[in-house]
Amino acid sequence: MKFRAKMVDVGCLNHFTRVVNTISKLTKTCTLRLTTDNLFFMLSDKVANGGVSMWCELSQANFFDEFQLEGVSAEANEIYLELQPEYMSRALKTAQNAKSLKIKLTKKHCPCLTVAAELPSVSSVSRLVTHDIPVDVIPRRLWQDFKEPSVPDFDVSIYLPPLKTMKNVVDRMKNLSNQLVVEANRNGEMNLKIETDLVSVSTHFKDLGNPTWSDDASQGQSQGRAPEAMAHARVDIKKLQQLLAGQQVNPSKAMCNIVNKRMLHFILLHEDVSLQYFIPQWPEKRILGYKTPEKHLNSGSVGRKP
Amino acid sequence: MDCMVTGGHVKVLATAIHSLSRIGEDLYLQPQEDELALRTVNSSHSAYACFLFSPPFFQQYSSCKSPTFHCKMAIKCVQAVFRSLSSLEKMVERCRIQLNSEKSRLTFTLHCKHGLLKTHNLSIQDCESLQAVFNKESCANVLRAQPRLLVETVLHFPTSVEEVSVSVSSERVCFRNHVEEEAEQSKAVLTELSLSAKEFEQFTVGCPGRVTFCLKEMRGLLMFAESSGLPVSLHFDEPGRPVILSLTESVLEVNFVLATLSEDSHLCNHFNNSTECHQNPALLPDDFMNDDIDSYLIAMETSELASGGSGCPPTLPRKASMGQLRARASSEGEEEEEEEEEEMRRPPNEKFRSLFFGSMLPTSSQATNQTLRTQEVLASDSENEEEDSSF
Repeated sequence: MKFRAKMVDVGCLNHFTRVVNTISKLTKTCTLRLTTDNLFFMLSDKVANGGVSMWCELSQANFFDEFQLEGVSAEANEIYLELQPEYMSRALKTAQNAKSLKIKLTKKHCPCLTVAAELPSVSSVSRLVTHDIPVDVIPRRLWQDFKEPSVPDFDVSIYLPPLKTMKNVVDRMKNLSNQLVVEANRNGEMNLKIETDLVSVSTHFKDLGNPTWSDDASQGQSQGRAPEAMAHARVDIKKLQQLLAGQQVNPSKAMCNIVNKRMLHFILLHEDVSLQYFIPQWPEKRILGYKTPEKHLNSGSVGRKP
Repeated sequence: MDCMVTGGHVKVLATAIHSLSRIGEDLYLQPQEDELALRTVNSSHSAYACFLFSPPFFQQYSSCKSPTFHCKMAIKCVQAVFRSLSSLEKMVERCRIQLNSEKSRLTFTLHCKHGLLKTHNLSIQDCESLQAVFNKESCANVLRAQPRLLVETVLHFPTSVEEVSVSVSSERVCFRNHVEEEAEQSKAVLTELSLSAKEFEQFTVGCPGRVTFCLKEMRGLLMFAESSGLPVSLHFDEPGRPVILSLTESVLEVNFVLATLSEDSHLCNHFNNSTECHQNPALLPDDFMNDDIDSYLIAMETSELASGGSGCPPTLPRKASMGQLRARASSEGEEEEEEEEEEMRRPPNEKFRSLFFGSMLPTSSQATNQTLRTQEVLASDSENEEEDSSF
């Protein structure tokens, strides 16, 4: 199992750093899958992550000048690693103006992904910095847990407004509630809503456009819908905020698929990077727990009791 | 004592205070005829810092009537006088410092723009003099560089890194973060930065080797060095002997003395590749063939083949460790603030050898880096005497 990649272009380095930063904002640990053509950052649906899953795919040729990989075997020429993207993001941050950057799989005190950078210096000799990031090598037996998620059988698919605008709205709503309802129809309209005992706020977007999906199978439900019928999902506002706040790569296309009362599926496309992010519906039980006014009564009575 | 600081020197003084506040909680002040000394020491006595301002630094300087006077005060209070360094530069024109030893009072008067006058009266405490015993000249290794170089070096280490190891050979110096426990090594990122001797103004290596010290205090000094633009000298020799970071200018001398990990704890912490760095510091292992982790693969693949339906030992620990990691991560998120606070209070690593501080009668010629060979017992300042009698 061998892996070594080299990057010399500053533009590529910056771009790659932004992608890794975005990933590190979304999750503490993720799986990095390396194939001869692509890199994948993956997070599979786990309750510990609030049921969120992520799939980010980059084409290696667009980033690296050299890319050598020897996988587990000739027929399974891939490597799966578990790592903390935050470490990688930090390592790349210190290598921002590197003349060249190498990423390789090494055997130090434990398996490591070593990020080595050659930095410019005031003298003729470069500064060399290396970061050994500990990783877990995922055995082949567990690879099946990491499959590309299929596009869900959505009710409505819609293009998103500029993510910055959305972020501003969601940031403000986050102060009022911890759940957010995203609803959209096939008429290019989308609403972001919060509903609490005290206040209801909704922001309306229109003329967003609905992407056309060539795959008929995934449009089964979508086709039969009336254009103005809203499909909605209630999600954890923090998860959506994380996605919007972490966006350092400005996507050329951003869309959201809504499976009514089940989940939101975000697809952010850049010319050489694609990011998919799934946020499940807020569990019903927690909605009930949240809506009971007990909390308010309790907090109010504390002051009055002697 | 009565002195006046004007113009850009106000910021220098303020930065010095801020820099000292990164180390200790008390500021020791000693006005002498030929210099004003500001000193501090950290709670575990593993770091000492001293700023010496000579009279030309001040527009006007008169020391105390009593040449043996010293006092201390909480550094936070002094820091409050110079709270914002950026606005200080714009607003404050002059700063007058007066000492009233009868009333035990130190008065800072800031003369600001538009005739605004800000007066801070701080109460002071009598104390013994604080003096670390060290000798820069005896150190075999001296590295001097522009502050920029060291600031950029330190930037490669996240703020969570507490200790850094510096190893020198004749051509290169290598900084790496120090990881304490064997167990932590598999979780922590190891960062290593290698610099060529050519980047330094002075690179004298008489004793190639490695020393480990706290990064926090070095950051404190670098904060001052960066703002003043003065080159920083690093004096050190073998592990266990202090590292001295110093800055010298005609009107100013700064010395930070930091304890280093002693040799035996170094040995305990040796791991396979730790010596590689100074043996072969110029080389990054670049060959593709050496980068493999075949042995890990073999272990995993055989387990897959052999296991079938039965238990497969190598994978279970992996799952467990992943679970632990997550549990750790989530609890960390919640307790982060508490932990941070605790860390602030906790004295630095006990393994660091304490420096020896003399509680001594001030002599007429009290050079900072004077080694007191005659004095056998070197106690710390009087207040902590009982606690520190073991040193």
